[in-house]
This record gives sequence, C-alpha cells and structure tokens, in this order.
Amino acid sequence: MIETVMSMNNISKSYKMGESTVQALDHISLTVSRGDFLTIVGPSGSGKSTLMNIIGCLDQSDTGEYILEGDEINKLKDRYLATIRNKKIGFIFQNFNLLGKLSAIENVELPLIYRGVKANERKEMALSCLNQVGIGDRASHLPNQLSGGQQQRVAIARALAGNPPILLADEPTGALDSRTSQEIMEVLHNLNKKGHTIILITHDLNVAKQGKRTIRISDGKLYEGGDVNHEFVNIH
Amino acid sequence: MNLLTSIKMAFRTIRGNKIRAFLTMLGIIIGVSSVIVLVAIGQGSSQSVTSSINSLGTNLLTVSISDTDTPFTQDNIDEIKKMNTVKNVSPVLSSRLSLKNGSTTSTINVTGSNASYKSVRKLSISNGRFISDIDLDYRQKVIVLGSTTAQTLFGNKNPINQYVLVNGDRYKVIGTLTYKGGSNGQSNDDTAIIPFTTAQRLMQTTHITQFYVQATNSNMVNFAMNQLSRYMIQVYGDSDSFSVVNQQDVMNTMSSVSDTLTMLLGGIASISLIVGGIGIMNIMFVSVTERTREIGIRKAIGAKRKDILTQFLIEAIVLSIIGGLIGIGLGLGITKLYAIFSGGTVVYSLSIILYSFLFSAIVGIIFGVFPANKASKLRPIEALRFE
Repeated sequence: MIETVMSMNNISKSYKMGESTVQALDHISLTVSRGDFLTIVGPSGSGKSTLMNIIGCLDQSDTGEYILEGDEINKLKDRYLATIRNKKIGFIFQNFNLLGKLSAIENVELPLIYRGVKANERKEMALSCLNQVGIGDRASHLPNQLSGGQQQRVAIARALAGNPPILLADEPTGALDSRTSQEIMEVLHNLNKKGHTIILITHDLNVAKQGKRTIRISDGKLYEGGDVNHEFVNIH
Repeated sequence: MNLLTSIKMAFRTIRGNKIRAFLTMLGIIIGVSSVIVLVAIGQGSSQSVTSSINSLGTNLLTVSISDTDTPFTQDNIDEIKKMNTVKNVSPVLSSRLSLKNGSTTSTINVTGSNASYKSVRKLSISNGRFISDIDLDYRQKVIVLGSTTAQTLFGNKNPINQYVLVNGDRYKVIGTLTYKGGSNGQSNDDTAIIPFTTAQRLMQTTHITQFYVQATNSNMVNFAMNQLSRYMIQVYGDSDSFSVVNQQDVMNTMSSVSDTLTMLLGGIASISLIVGGIGIMNIMFVSVTERTREIGIRKAIGAKRKDILTQFLIEAIVLSIIGGLIGIGLGLGITKLYAIFSGGTVVYSLSIILYSFLFSAIVGIIFGVFPANKASKLRPIEALRFE
C-alpha cells in the first residue's frame, strides 16, 4: 500500500499588488506519496514559488486544506510552523543559502541545534549526512572555500540532517553549470532510491523530466501527466 | 536551543567582526571606566577631607569671641578647664610674622598657645620639647618650629638651641614638630608656636579672642558644647558675642558636600553609559538589517521566533558585558595612574564597580531588546528574498 506523505486540497492563495489582486494559486489539489520524486515545472510568474512556500510551511494558504504527515498545516498558527519546518521539511535552495561564517559541518548542524540535539550526537549526525552526499572530507571548510557544487552538497546534507519526510528543492541546479547540475541530480536520485521523498521545483524541462512524476504549473493551476514537453512549449 | 549554544554562537559572530564589535563596545567601555574613575576620585577627595579634619580631633571645639569690650582672660580659661566634660583648653593668638635666621627669612603663621595645645591639636614633637607652662609664666622667648619652617630656616642643621629673629627679637628654638602632611588650607607644618603670654606681648593684646576646647572624649562633645555655651552666655549675657564650632559638624558638612560631588560625577558618567547603550542598539539594528538573509535561512530551517530573539539579545548582552569588563580594567588602570601622577587619594569602591558592571549589562539587555525583537519578527519568505 502506498503511504501518503502530504496532500493538498483546494489550496488558494492571492496577493494584493497595489490595487489589483493576483491569484497565485487557484484551487490546487496535490497528493505526494512516500518515496516519490515529484518535479513541478513552470515558468516564472506561474505561482511555483508560492506553491513552494506553502509546501515548505513558510507561508499559509488563504483557503483549502494542507495535510503534512497527519498535521493540518492550514490550521496551525504561524509560531508552530517553525517546528514543522524544522522536523518535516528539508530545504534545498537555488543559491545554497549557507551561513558564510559557519563551516560546512556547522551549517549541517544548524537544524539539529534548533531541535535541541546534544553536541556530540549532532556532530556525528552531521558528519554522516556530509558523507552521504560525498563531501565528508570538507567538513571544516567555510562555504567560500568550496565550489558551487560542493556548496549545494553541503546544503543537501543540511536538508537531510533532520531526517525530514520531504526534501523540498527550489531550483537546486539553477546556479550551477550543466555538469555539476547533473552531479547534484544524481545525488538527489540516490537519496530518492534510499527512500527519501523529493519535491523539486524548476523551470528547466531537462531537470523536470528526471523526476518519477512531473506536474506542470501555469497561472496558478496544476496540470498533471500528458506530454509535458509539448504543453510546456505551449505555455511559452 | 540551549543557552550555552546561543552564547557560543554569539561569541562566534562577535569574533567574526572584531572591529565593529570593538566600536560597539566603545561607548560602554568609556561609560563604565569613567564611572569608576570619577567616583574613585570623588570618594578619595571626600576621604582626604574627612581624614584631615579627623586629624584635628573629633572631640575638638573651637570658640571664637567677637565681643572685644568684655575682656576674656586667663581666669575664664581656668574656669572652663575645671568643667567635668573638658579635658584641655588652649587659648590661641595667631599672626603672620617673619622669622629670620641669618639671611634666611620666612613669613609664616605664628601661634601663641599653652602646653595643652600639643594634645589639643594632636601635634607631636620630633626633636627637643614643646612649650611648657613655666615658659608661659616667665614669658620666655622660646619657639617650636613646624617641620617645614625648620627645614626652610635651618636646612638640614639641627635647629635646637639655635636662635631665630621674630620681628627683631631673639627666640630660642626648643623643639620641632613632626611632619604632619598637607591638609586643606591650614598647613600644620608651615608654622611656629610660641608661649601664649609671649605672643600677647608680641602682638600687643591682652584679650583672648579664640580658644580650643578638647572634650574628655568624642561622646562628650555635645555635653561640653552645652556646658561651654551656658558659661559663655553667663559671661557675655547673650549668644551673639561668641561662636562655638564643633569639629564634627564641620566634618559632616564637608563630607556631605563631597558626597554630593561624587554623586554628580557618577551621574554624569552614567549618562555616558546610557549613550553607550544607544550605540549598541544602533549597531544591532544595522546588524539585523545586514543579516536579514541569515535570519531568513535560520527561520526556514526551523529557528523559532524565540531562538532568533535570544540569539540577538545574547549578542547584545555579551557585547555589553565584554565592554563592561574592559571598562572596569581601564577604569582601575586610569585611577591607578591618576593616584600615581597626582598623588591624590583615590578610593576603589567594589559596590560602584559592581553597579556600573550590572548597569552596563542591563543597558545591553534593554537596548538589545528592540533590535532583537525586530529580527525575530522578520517573515522568513521576505527575509530569504532579501539581497
């Protein structure tokens, strides 16, 4: 039986831009099961950032229901979202977002610090995560001593550190050259094979095609399946 | 996130930007050190005033007579001496006269008094003897020199049994006083003492216009004062013709003046502490803006509002505590230097050091709260988007 990690039902979100209202997400429904590798593809302005913010519990939807591992996120107050983010989401950002003054391993330890894990245990967990992404030998380097690909690996290790049910990657290859991109995608594939659920958001079709399942977002609406390639071209 | 981890994190951030951290602390450093220096100097001067008045004796009463129509004589002095609260009475007659030894001249305050004067004014003899009652009886032309006077007139030679000219008359030096150290206004060393009766003849007066009364002990001062006043009213008929001054009163007045001064100095210095706190607030606000992205990242990976608040607050507190400690060190150093170079008295007050340190920590908390609160309220999406 396939277990559902998260499900969205009729999620809507709108923003006020001056006098007009922008409907960023228009009654979206989405279900992700454990072990899935879902890619969400869409051009800029399609609402994919908004969708990512809501999946990542950085923002709340206006209406609709969002259940993440049994928690009804849409009913939670803002202050509980930090704990949810800490335990259930592993963020991987386009520009890595590592803290420049902390070494690689300290960056990976960060989510564990906020979870209150003791120092020894923390170090051990962080190091094993760095090893998983193949960068254990650079643990004490500062981010600016690492290449882009290495930095993204550190960021992936950080996302892994708390062992969250979902890894949420926002354009993880957007700031990397094509070869390094491919390496990062392999890291993500390996993690997926080990059972991690991955949601990857991108505007790059080549990246999007590498997922097990691809969803297209356009004007705040989701389109699943079909000829992704063809429809994406049409959006342009 | 526990406190220790937060403190470690704060130290990391501070170490990562040493110059800015130092500039931030500068206000606190200056504030704390100036509180310590100014209060130490203030309390030191207060103590030196107190001790110099104390050296005159706290059981000392000074009686000055302004009515010159009714003569006050040795007989009155003898009667006062008989009172049970009075230990000693010394009439005094002072004038500025020039003393001469060979070609060396020195113009000083010459006091005529009796044998008790030594005990009344707590003087001690370093060489020779003090004036005795028999010198008064025979109007002997003998003189006791203060240590500075002896030094001026005789240099390193022994002045005992030598002669000095006082207004042309030859006086035999019978003793010198021990060095007593400076006190405010009236030097005890730049002086000379001659028998009272000799002084009366020299200064051509028979009246007694001023005398010192030493009470039996410091507890009896008030009784002695009352008894004395009653007696004086009996003699003069009213209380306007004389005044009785208690040395303790003078001391209280002086020390309350210098306490006020100390408080004033401390108060001014405290203002600079507050200004230092505002400096911390300023830099922390800048730091919050500068680190918006960092705050966003931390929030995205699970930092709660409370975590961010503690982080920034602890940074402010750590900054002000380090500043406070440096300030204490600097303050003590400057005070020490002041004491060495000016020779003034300084008093280190542990309580003031603790207060100024605590105050700087509190300033850190108060002025750290606003920026920390601003940081904790940042919304993660906007903070992440911040460039």
